[in-house]
Amino acid sequence: MISVEHLQVSVGGFAIQDISFEVPTGHYAVLMGRTGAGKTTLLEALCGLKPVTGGKIRLNDRDVTRLKPAERGIGYVPQDRALFQTMTVREHLAFALVIRKAEQSVIHQRVADLSRLLGIESLLERRPHGLSGGEAQRVALGRALSVRPGILCLDEPLNALDDDTRQEMYKLLGEVRRSTGVTILHVTHNREEAEQLADRILVLRDGKMVGQKG
Amino acid sequence: MSRDVSPPTAPPNRRSDWPFFSGLAILSSVYLLLIVALLAADLSFTTPHHLLRALASPEIQYSIKLSLISCTLTTLLSLWIAVPTGYLMSRYRFPGKQLMDAILDIPIVLPPLVIGLSLLILFQTPIGRVIQRFVPVTYAIPSVILAQFTVACAFAVRTMLVTFDQISPRCEQVALTLGCNRSQAFWRVALPEARRGMLTAATLAWARALGEFGPILIFSGATRMRTEVLPTTVFLELSIGNIEAAVAVSLIMIVAALAVLTIARVFGLRAPLERVL
Repeated sequence: MISVEHLQVSVGGFAIQDISFEVPTGHYAVLMGRTGAGKTTLLEALCGLKPVTGGKIRLNDRDVTRLKPAERGIGYVPQDRALFQTMTVREHLAFALVIRKAEQSVIHQRVADLSRLLGIESLLERRPHGLSGGEAQRVALGRALSVRPGILCLDEPLNALDDDTRQEMYKLLGEVRRSTGVTILHVTHNREEAEQLADRILVLRDGKMVGQKG
Repeated sequence: MSRDVSPPTAPPNRRSDWPFFSGLAILSSVYLLLIVALLAADLSFTTPHHLLRALASPEIQYSIKLSLISCTLTTLLSLWIAVPTGYLMSRYRFPGKQLMDAILDIPIVLPPLVIGLSLLILFQTPIGRVIQRFVPVTYAIPSVILAQFTVACAFAVRTMLVTFDQISPRCEQVALTLGCNRSQAFWRVALPEARRGMLTAATLAWARALGEFGPILIFSGATRMRTEVLPTTVFLELSIGNIEAAVAVSLIMIVAALAVLTIARVFGLRAPLERVL
């Protein structure tokens, strides 16, 4: 569950002001708003990448407002995917488990499970250079899901994908949600995405929450 | 109601573009020709016999050996400082950052002789004398490495700063959410992505160190078989009128510099090199 209470974030001249909302466990929330509304800033504040000036963030009944990003249990897929150019797809999926010093057999099994779920088994030895937009998105998603986070934050994940790939990604995100039970917060300005995926829609304008539906 | 039936306006200028392109080609060729002429003149001035005789000289052999060792040590030291400094300057905002940025440029803009003189004076201060009590620096081999390092490191820092500027910090942010602390994000994500920039910084530092003369002349002296590096050899051979040997040693340096430049162009990042140079 994501619970945000009176959140305030200040970045340069822009500020998120007094935002409160909840996303129940296992739900799929879509955060909408125009460019510059503060969607990415809010997402980064949830992930611990932007300092919070006021309010509280609770994730799965745990106050994480002052915790480091590593301690929050969030899987994060940024807008540009930010794949590690020197690593193979296999190394991406294993990265967080290697950091946690997981056993080789556990890492091997998790990489196999994730690559099957995301349909990227044939890409495991490839590096990001040369992957298509859809393939790169699946890798970024797999990397974020590798340690079974309770929360998944997706920043405009379907941007710049063609219609067919977008339809495939709708199905895949639905499948990920069903099979993992993860709570998802998905940022977009695309109404179709929201209608296809969301069971809760949050609307942000000029750093303020102006609507919640569902 | 009258209609405008005048013919379409003619293009404002029908002149050909070739004078423009010719001008660009001629002006850039002048400098290119100068560089090629310099190298050709050096080549025409020496023979394989001169080159072999120069290579057989114990003084020149010592000079080559000291140059290779000191340049390699300087490169390692420069990278050791340049990587963290470049990362710090690229990723973080802190009080005094602009001042630090300006100070880091000083070795690049200072005349080489002034750097040598300043190093000499530094090691005459009380702190410098204490250091010299344990490690003799002035007019000894450590002074050669320190003089090279002072200049070469500034270029390595600039290269690493540009390198890290070109790498999106987003990857490190994702690494933080995946369980890394700042140090792990640096070692596991940022540094591997910066490896080509590191190679460029290393080759640039090595090439700068190889060509360093002014600071070494003042700070280390020009003593044969002691603090003599390749530029010192050229200077000493010229001073006794042995132009053939001076040119032969110059050719060795040209070949080394070209080899390093080729490595940087083929394996390193071009952008940092171009921006720093």
